Formats: sequence, C-alpha cells, structure tokens
Amino acid sequence: MNRSIDVSGLPTYGYGSRALTWWGTAGMMLTEGVVFLGAVAAYFYLRLHSEQWPPYGESPQLFWGTLNVAILAVSALPNHYAKKCSEREDLRGARRGLVLCVVFGVLLLGIRVFEYVGINTTYTGSAYGSITFALLTLHTVHLLTDFIDTVVLAVLLFTGPLEGRRFVDVSENCLYWWFVVVSWIPIYLTIYIAPRLL
Amino acid sequence: MTLGRLEEAAALDRTWADAPGLRGWLSTTDHHAIGRRFIVTAFGFFVLAGLLAVTMRLQLAVADNDLIGPDLYNQLFSVHGTAMMFLFAVPVMEAMGVYLVPMMVGSRSIAFPRLNAFSYWILLFGGLMLFVAFCLNIGPEVGWFSYPPLAGPEYSAGKRQDVWAQLITFSELSALLGAINIITTALKMRAPGMTLRRIPLLVWALVITSFMVLFAMPSVMLGSTFLLTDRLVSTQFYNPAEGGDALLWQHLFWFFGHPEVYIIFLPGLGMISQILPTFCGRKVFGYFGLLMAMAVTAFLAFGLWVHHMFTTGLPPVGMSFFTAASILIAIPTGLQIFCWIATIAGSGQLRFASPMLFITGFFFIFIIGGLTGVMLGSMTLDSQLHDSYFVVAHLHYVLIGGAVFPLFGGFHYWFPKMTGRHLSEAAARWTFWLFFIGFNIAFFPMHVLGLQGMTRRIYTYSSDTGWEALNMLSTLGSIIIAASILVFIGNVLRSRRCGVLAGDNPWNAATLEWATPSPPPPYSFVRPPVVSSREPLWEVEAPGEVVGLPTDIRSTLVTRVHDAAPDHVELLVSPSLAPLLAALAVSGMFIGSIFTPWAAVWGGALVAICLVYWFWPRNRDTQEHLAHEIKPEVDLQAPA
Repeated sequence: MNRSIDVSGLPTYGYGSRALTWWGTAGMMLTEGVVFLGAVAAYFYLRLHSEQWPPYGESPQLFWGTLNVAILAVSALPNHYAKKCSEREDLRGARRGLVLCVVFGVLLLGIRVFEYVGINTTYTGSAYGSITFALLTLHTVHLLTDFIDTVVLAVLLFTGPLEGRRFVDVSENCLYWWFVVVSWIPIYLTIYIAPRLL
Repeated sequence: MTLGRLEEAAALDRTWADAPGLRGWLSTTDHHAIGRRFIVTAFGFFVLAGLLAVTMRLQLAVADNDLIGPDLYNQLFSVHGTAMMFLFAVPVMEAMGVYLVPMMVGSRSIAFPRLNAFSYWILLFGGLMLFVAFCLNIGPEVGWFSYPPLAGPEYSAGKRQDVWAQLITFSELSALLGAINIITTALKMRAPGMTLRRIPLLVWALVITSFMVLFAMPSVMLGSTFLLTDRLVSTQFYNPAEGGDALLWQHLFWFFGHPEVYIIFLPGLGMISQILPTFCGRKVFGYFGLLMAMAVTAFLAFGLWVHHMFTTGLPPVGMSFFTAASILIAIPTGLQIFCWIATIAGSGQLRFASPMLFITGFFFIFIIGGLTGVMLGSMTLDSQLHDSYFVVAHLHYVLIGGAVFPLFGGFHYWFPKMTGRHLSEAAARWTFWLFFIGFNIAFFPMHVLGLQGMTRRIYTYSSDTGWEALNMLSTLGSIIIAASILVFIGNVLRSRRCGVLAGDNPWNAATLEWATPSPPPPYSFVRPPVVSSREPLWEVEAPGEVVGLPTDIRSTLVTRVHDAAPDHVELLVSPSLAPLLAALAVSGMFIGSIFTPWAAVWGGALVAICLVYWFWPRNRDTQEHLAHEIKPEVDLQAPA
C-alpha cells in the first residue's frame, strides 16, 4: 500500500553527510584532489624525462616548507575545536575556534611567502621550476580560499544574521581545512623531498 | 491548519514565483528555467558548429577548391570540434540532467540552485567568447586537442590557442559544478521509497557520468592551464629544450579525452533505457545488468587513453595492454544492446512514435561505429589508419549515433513535458529520415576515403587522387543533415505554440517526471511522491504523498542515501543576481588571463568579492528560515 508521509516535524538542517553542503564540499575536495594528483603525476613524469633534477641550482630550502608542515598540523587543533563547537551549536566556542583558525591562516600565508623566496628556482627557467611553482601555487590558492572563507564565517558569527545552518557551514568549512592540511603532505614531499632523493 | 491541495498549489505558486521582468529572468534559480536555457544554448552552439562543418564540406566538395583558404579552414575544424565537444555534447547532456533529474527522483528542486545558475552562465560566456573570437579571426586553429609544440608559443603566435585554452577552463568549470549538483540531487533528494535499486536508469547514467566528469576533467583543466602559462608567462611544461615534454600534454589530454567520449554517450544510453520501456510497454530487461554495464564502461574508460597515442612510440607492452582494454569495452556495450533487444523482443505492443525512431537509428549507426572502434582498438590497424578519414567516420558514427540520436529521441520524448505540447509527428519523421539518410551519406564514404589514404585536416586535395566523387557525396549528405535540423527547429518553434496539447503523461511512461503537470511549475510537485517500485506510475495504486512541507518558503525534502528515508527539510536560498555577477567576474578573469597574468590577481579579487556577496545571508532570508527552523537533535554533551 502506498502511504503518505508527514514531514512537518523533521529538522530543517543536519550535520555531516546529512547536509547537502557536505556533499558539495566533498565534491569539490574530490575534484581538487584529482587536480593535485594530476599535478604530482606531471611532476614525476617530467622527472622521468630529465637527467638531472633539479636541472640546475639547488633543491628548495627545507626550512620554511617544513615549518609550514608543522604549523598546518597544529592548525588542525583549533580547526577541530571549531568544528566540534559548531556541531554543538556553541556560538562562543565556534567564534573562538574560527578566530584562532584565522590567526593560523595569516601565519601560514606569511610563511608561504618565504617558501616562494626559498624555492631556489624560477617558473620560467625549466620544466622543473614550472611544475614546482605550479604545485606550490595550487596549494596556496587553496590556502587562500579557505582562509577567506574562514574570515567571512568568523565575521558572520560575530555580526549575524545567524541561523542554525551557519553552524553547518562552519563545520563544512573545517572539513575543507582538513583537506588543505592533508593535501599539503604529498605536495610537500614532492616539492621538498623528491628532488633530494631522486 | 491543513490546506487543501488547491490552496497548497496556489501558495506554492506565490512562493516559488520569480520577480517580474528582466531582474527575475536574470536571477532565477529554477532548475526548469535554467535547464531549458541550458538546452537551448547548447543546441545553439550545435547549430553554429554544424554550420562550420557544412562550410568545410563545401570546401572539400570538389578537388583543388579555393572557396576558403588553409588558415580559415584550420580555424573551421578546430572551432567545430571544440564547440561540438565542449559546448554541445557534454553541456547538453548535463542540461537534460539539470532539467530532468530533480523531477525524476521526485524532488522540488536541484541540490544547489544558485550553483546551477552559475554553471549555466559560465558555459554561455565561455561559448560566446569562442565564437566572438572566431568572428574576430582569433579562433583556435590546431584542432580540438591542441597538441603542443604546434599549439605552443613557438609555432602558434597570436592569441588563438590562448582562446582555446581558456574555453576549456570555462567549459570544464561549468561541467564540474554541474556534476556535483547532479550527484548530490540524485543521491540525497530522492522521493521516500526510491531505494538505490529503484533509481531510474537515466538518473544512474547521469550520476555515473558525473563521477567520470569529476575524475576526468581536472586533468584537462590542469593541462590547458599549463599550456596557457607556457604561452603567457613562459613556463616550460611542454618545451623539450628546457626539460619539458610535449607528450605530457597528450597524457593529460587523453586521460580526459577518452573518458570524455563515454561522458558524452553514457547519458545517451541512459535515455535509451528510459525511452525504450515506455514504447515497449514493459519494464526494461536486465535493470541490474544495464546498470553494471554502465559502471564497468565508466571504469574501463579510464584505462584506454593511450590508444589515442598508438603512433607516438610508447613501449610495446603498454600498447598491448591498451589494445586489450580498448577491445574489452565492447563487452559491456554489447551487454546493453542485448538487454535492449530483449526488452523489445518481450514487448507485446511496440509503438513506433518519433522518439522510438531515433532509438532505432541509434542501433544501426552506433553498432557500425562500435565495430570500426574494435578495428581501431587494434594497434596494428590503428597505425595505418591514424589521422585518416576512417577515424573521422568512426568518431562521428560513435558520437552522433551514440549520443546525438538518443538525444534527439530524448528531445522528442520530453518536449511535451517541457512545453505542454507535442511536436508534430509528421515533421519529426521528416527530421529523422533526413538526418538518418543524410548522416549515412555524409559519413559512410569517409570510411572508404580513409582507406584510400585521405588524411584528416587537409583543406583541399588534387583531382588525380580520385577522391572527388565520394567527397561530393559526403557534402550532399551534410546538406541533407542541415535540412533535417532546419525541419527540427521549425517543428520546435511551431509546436511550442500550436502543437497538440499533451497532458501530464502523454506516452504513458512509468517515471516520476510524468507525474508533474506539463509544463511543470517551478516546484514540480505540490506534494512530492512516495514510491514503492521502480515504475511508480505503472502501479495500480497512485504513489503516496509527502505532506507537511512548508508552502510559504521554498523548501524540499532531503533523504538518506541508501534507503531514501526522509532525513530533513531543506530550506532553499532565494533567487539572486549573485550567480550571474560571479560568472561575469570569473569570465572577466578568464578572458583577461588571455592577455595578462595580472588578470588572475585582480580578477581573483573581484571573484572573491562576488562570492562573498553570493554567500552573505540576506536578513529577510534569515528571518524566514528562523521562522521555520527546527534544530536537529545535537549532542550537547559531546566533548569539544
């Protein structure tokens, strides 16, 4: 028998994979993950077809890139805190968490400038330089995008207008930050470690 | 207070109405309106690209012709191929999906209505850029795949290839966002009761296609961005002198390019699986087999790309692997064809209405295309036929047979739903026969020409080659195709005003889009359906109903992925100009980047501003949402 279903008592949003926003974010992460994968594949493809790597000059300076690995890893903590608070709809906690995330964002972007300085190659000099720059820039664009998202959400949490779904947005923004953190590991290994080992 | 159905419909009409006038038209997020525009736009690009093809055929009709010179000819075939692939074939399938998927799964809306509008505007602006550039004599000129080094800075001066590279960025961005929208809609917004095994095959086809898009398109976007930076700021990705590699491009391109073929034709197969049962008056034979065949095809499609590179001198072991994989894909395709034959064979009352005619045309043309595909899959034969007209014939048999014929079947099938009126059946038959006969006259001779040694992309040939008669025949065929498209356009224009009224379910089909009025209101369903089988409209009992959705705010039901049980009520965002403004900003950035790298910086800032405007909640929306808000049960005790 075909029944009718009354949905008037259902909630008007949900967290995690219940939310449409989660699916949108997951779709973006998948797409961008494939972009990263393609760029890393291109890196090693070009490596295979070169005798010397890097062709001239030195490998990128380890210090700044490695520092960013550490800071990105630590930034996962306030990020996780903001995510948990938002999922409890704890406004004060979410605000605190997001402000910390913004501070970390500034720090990371600042250090990223030094990474560019210490990369020891130019994008025009060789295919090695081009792909190294491409990888670093791809990740920087993600860093910058999620930084802006975080700033916007943080401002919103202080100024309003607020409704429950904004907490879903905060939660999904934090999910995306995880992507920025985790994707840096293979890219870091490629940019900084691969030229020293291969 | 419970409202009657009529009062509910009246309230929904008010709630879902767009603002009047131009502003409403530009800011609409209704998936029906966007879907229709998307289809018309993609079809417009099809017509333009088709006209370029007819021009090429006129040039090739006789030997030593000087109608058009080599430079324009290069632009003609490049723009033709680029527009057909990137502005017609992929977008039109996605457009059908944007229009149909929400209704087929019983939802009032697509998952991300504003994103949907954005991906439409992006495609429109990208397409306009290409054709305006072509009119200004800066159309792409080195083929739809734009191989470096020919496409690189050294051999293609000017801006022609930059236009090509940015067109790719436009169209792939649009496709990627559309894919996310379709996947989310199909998995999260299904009618209660529509379990995974009850999803219509066309929806499955579009979901599988969308996943292919997510895995394939980033590769070409990356590749074309590398190409652009090689040309604009002297990066060295494809320059062998500085450690780059031109074959890197071919890998990146064909890793996308081969799945692309299946991205184009899987939705066509889905349409067949949807249309065939309607006209056979029975359930489709082998639902699960058809579904698995599509999934296997999608999977294998990613293992074939190197067969486009058989003549580039890669190691033989790899070649054997790719030969085997290429031929293997005939198995799932064959399986589907047998399932359809079984569906036809088991029906008591086959009806040969116009959509069915196009499906029959598909069988004939696509099987020929498939057979020549098996031939070309073999490396030994491919080495001989590479870059000859045999390949031109093959790819048109596959793409026009596999995608365009089912698509035209789909146009004729869903036209009554979109407009409320039937297309003229007599004109539809003219369209079909002219197209079918014209197509075979145009493209069959190309097999022979290819075997005789005529290579692709030559703007003329001398009379002592003996190719003249077949080329003339082929040109005649292309004119017949053009006539059939003209009949189709006339039919559409006339029938949408004066066609026979269709009613809700004119073909007596089984799926949910036919449970809506024709044409459907912006919210599709006054009360979304609850289903208990794969063919809900063929059940003795009418589908159940979802009651209790608000009528004074745009809303739709979100369900769980695995069992489609109701999960929450989604309150949708209001229509907005933001998607259009963001698309304009993105277009400015993309087009500006053809000329200066700084466009990426300033354009990027502008895009960021537009996206913040897009995202920033309006006070009125928030008030409305708060009035309806019911919080989920959150665990307040959970530790931070």
